[in-house]
Amino acid sequence: MPNRTTSFAWGTILFVLMALAIPWFLWDSSAVAAGLPVWLWWHIGWMVLASAVFAVFTRRGWGVWMGGWSA
Amino acid sequence: MVGVILQSAVSIQIGIVVAYLLLALGVGLVAYRLTDRTAEDYYLASRTLGTVVLLFTTFATLLSAFTFFAGPNIAYGNGPEWILVMGLMDGVIFGVLWYVVGYKQWLVGKAHGYVTLGEMLGDRFGSSLLRGLVAAVSLFWLFPYVMLQQVGAGGALSALTEGAVPYWAGAGLITAFMIVYVVLSGMRGVAWTDTLQGLFMLTMVWAAFVWVLSAVGGIGPATDALASSNPEFLSLGGGLYSPQWMLSQAIGIAFGVAMFPQVNQRFFVADSEKVLKRTMALWPIVVLLLFVPAFMLGAWAAGLGVPMPESGNILPGLLAEYTPTWFAALVVAGAMAAMMSSSDSMLLSGSSYFTRDLYRPFVNADASDRREDLIARIGVAVFATLAFLASLYNPPSLFVIGDTAFGGFAQLAPPVIVALYWSRTTRWGMFAGILGSQLFYTVTTFTPPAGETTTVLGIVVPGVIETFGGWSSSVVGMAVGLVLVVGVSLVTDAAVAERPSVLAGPTDD
Repeated sequence: MPNRTTSFAWGTILFVLMALAIPWFLWDSSAVAAGLPVWLWWHIGWMVLASAVFAVFTRRGWGVWMGGWSA
Repeated sequence: MVGVILQSAVSIQIGIVVAYLLLALGVGLVAYRLTDRTAEDYYLASRTLGTVVLLFTTFATLLSAFTFFAGPNIAYGNGPEWILVMGLMDGVIFGVLWYVVGYKQWLVGKAHGYVTLGEMLGDRFGSSLLRGLVAAVSLFWLFPYVMLQQVGAGGALSALTEGAVPYWAGAGLITAFMIVYVVLSGMRGVAWTDTLQGLFMLTMVWAAFVWVLSAVGGIGPATDALASSNPEFLSLGGGLYSPQWMLSQAIGIAFGVAMFPQVNQRFFVADSEKVLKRTMALWPIVVLLLFVPAFMLGAWAAGLGVPMPESGNILPGLLAEYTPTWFAALVVAGAMAAMMSSSDSMLLSGSSYFTRDLYRPFVNADASDRREDLIARIGVAVFATLAFLASLYNPPSLFVIGDTAFGGFAQLAPPVIVALYWSRTTRWGMFAGILGSQLFYTVTTFTPPAGETTTVLGIVVPGVIETFGGWSSSVVGMAVGLVLVVGVSLVTDAAVAERPSVLAGPTDD
């Protein structure tokens, strides 16, 4: 049964995952690396990261926020 | 000679389309033999879908036609930043909603045997009226959206065959095939054809990507060409892409997707938690694999100076330029078949919303399982036929509704999520949240821009503001719905018939 701390931690992690899916700090940058814009490389890396985080979530965080269903 | 080549290209294309239709029919027949004659099996394949099937059926249902046509067109016209919008929207936000909305609905649905969103909410709030309202709102947005798919498929078939198959015949043929295999096979057949479709799409996109890049000398030269023709495409942002616009699109569509009947209903169909878990982790990877190549092809086409073909879709134009006819035909035919795979699921869900949430509660409450199953199948045929007839007339008002359907569905999300997680939500809060946000969104979307007027049936309608500091009315409407459902719930008492424990769960104290 997840406690308050894990619940908050997962909320924060998932929020950061959403907040930085678009690399705001590269706004207006048109730098190209290995044939693709750098922001596109960020996207590729971020999707792989998101998948890994989701995989960990399904193992460690699954059941969080489900209230009476999590028992 | 040219005539002969064209002739053979057309016959290859028709051959591919017919082969797909027959394959879909075959899958439908196999699934029919395995399907019980009950509504739960027909709509939900008795909640037994495995990981691969669930992932691809959700995916193919949703994004098929978009991946091949609209998405690359956006990248061609405005730059490839739409990839980031897709990543945020479908890779991350929808992944989170998959858990927050999907897992919770799965738990509730499994415990109580629900088949539709309206059924779940109606039971929780003790209100058939709420159940009917959710179904009616959903069908209002769904019907024109199905019609758009038929318009698209009819148009594509007609363009593919150089007009040899006229628009009405193309749309009619596809409608008829869909009716046959959806009526026969239900969710199981739809899920299986979607899976074939999804794998086929992934393969085609990557084959096209490799083929075009090897023809133009690789990624470097392709991007260099884009840098010299449209340097602004490579820089993040600019033009259409403002932060507010990108966030509005990603948020509005992701929440809309979760409330689209054919997607929302899939939250009830997973076999086990394990399936939901695996699907969630795979989600960002599938988004990455599908959209990066598809949309970059669209953007590179701008740099390579490929002109937009008459059909209005850049990907077929690019393929015609750099790949052999049979390959381009395969991709175009695949895209067309993909439109069908979106429609078939929508037909099935539309029919279930109608039979479960409108027919059963308001017309015949004592319908047996077998009877409901029959009505459901008839419902599919009626829904598809009406959408086909509407598509022949192409009424502009339906077009507008279909185009703005994602936003319309997104308005349902805040009340639904609040209800799922806050046991003090009341029936009146739900009515206020749903009706208020729908009213806000339809008024801001369907009236002309501020300062202009339009005349409907002799009545002059003044313009209403449509964007809010760059944010779309869809996202602002969601905020309105959220405030209404929470605010009204706070000041009203729960009705006697309400049962918070339905959503709160068995062990909540």
